[in-house]
Amino acid sequence: MSGLAPVPDAEHESVPIGSNDDVVRARQLVRALAQQCKLSLVDQTKLVTAASELARNTLVYGGGGVMRVGLVHRDGRVGVTAVFEDSGPGIPDVDQALTDGWTSGGGLGLGLSGARRLVDDFTLQTEVGGGTQVAITKWAR
Amino acid sequence: MLKIGDVLLVSIQVELEDQVVLELQDDLAARIVDSGASGVVIDITAVEIVDSFVGRMLATTAAISRMLDAQTVVVGMRPAVAITLVELGLSLGGVRTALTLEKGLEILARRDDSRPAQL
Ligand SMILES: Nc1ncnc2c1ncn2[C@@H]1O[C@H](COP(=O)(O)OP(=O)(O)OP(=O)(O)O)[C@@H](O)[C@H]1O
Ligand SMILES: [Mg+2]
Repeated sequence: MSGLAPVPDAEHESVPIGSNDDVVRARQLVRALAQQCKLSLVDQTKLVTAASELARNTLVYGGGGVMRVGLVHRDGRVGVTAVFEDSGPGIPDVDQALTDGWTSGGGLGLGLSGARRLVDDFTLQTEVGGGTQVAITKWAR
Repeated sequence: MLKIGDVLLVSIQVELEDQVVLELQDDLAARIVDSGASGVVIDITAVEIVDSFVGRMLATTAAISRMLDAQTVVVGMRPAVAITLVELGLSLGGVRTALTLEKGLEILARRDDSRPAQL
């Protein structure tokens, strides 16, 4: 997919998401940045949980991909953005996928919809046969 | 996994990979049967996040234990984890929780008293 979503500024890190191990690593990296930009403990927990959901979706449904993560600045505020990208099958019906409880697999169907609630900014771009990109941001208060 | 009296104690100390979460669930079911435990305490004091995968494992484990005649109590959930779980949409309705290990053991002891006496 072409990179239309917000890209974390300046120094961002990329993590491949190809195994369960990578999902753990992605969580740890997001947590480190959330601490660095002084998100509250609750906000750190929300962001890391959202990242965990999206990283797992990238792995399970997207067939693997990458996470790019970094600090972002806007209007004097600082936040953490994480972008999850895969070139898997894409999501045919985004509204359905974002409905609480809807799953095409054996999950609870809470990952995408829950992740959206847990963060401040959420964008999803997907194309059937072209892959999926989900970007999330949490701003320090 | 520790056995204290009739209770199995599982303390989750490290950040778990999904595969390890599933293995833990299987091991626990086997241990309940082997040991004849009547209660299970899962201590998540050290756990920094509970996502839908781990949440589902807690709910499934509670259901499996119930079927094997053991009650599960999850103890030590951090406040930030509770807030996040509810916002995620996972209220863990079928899972008994207690704030501390002591309170969790208390709940299980009470339950044990109310077990019908063996004939
Ligand atoms: N990266 C992706 N590529 C393709 N399809 C996806 C992707 N992410 C999500 N989906 C689709 O959206 C559905 C809903 O995702 P969601 O994360 O909400 O639920 P789940 O993964 O099925 O279950 P849970 O996350 O609660 O364990 C998935 O079942 C899947 O069909
Ligand atoms: Mg999911």
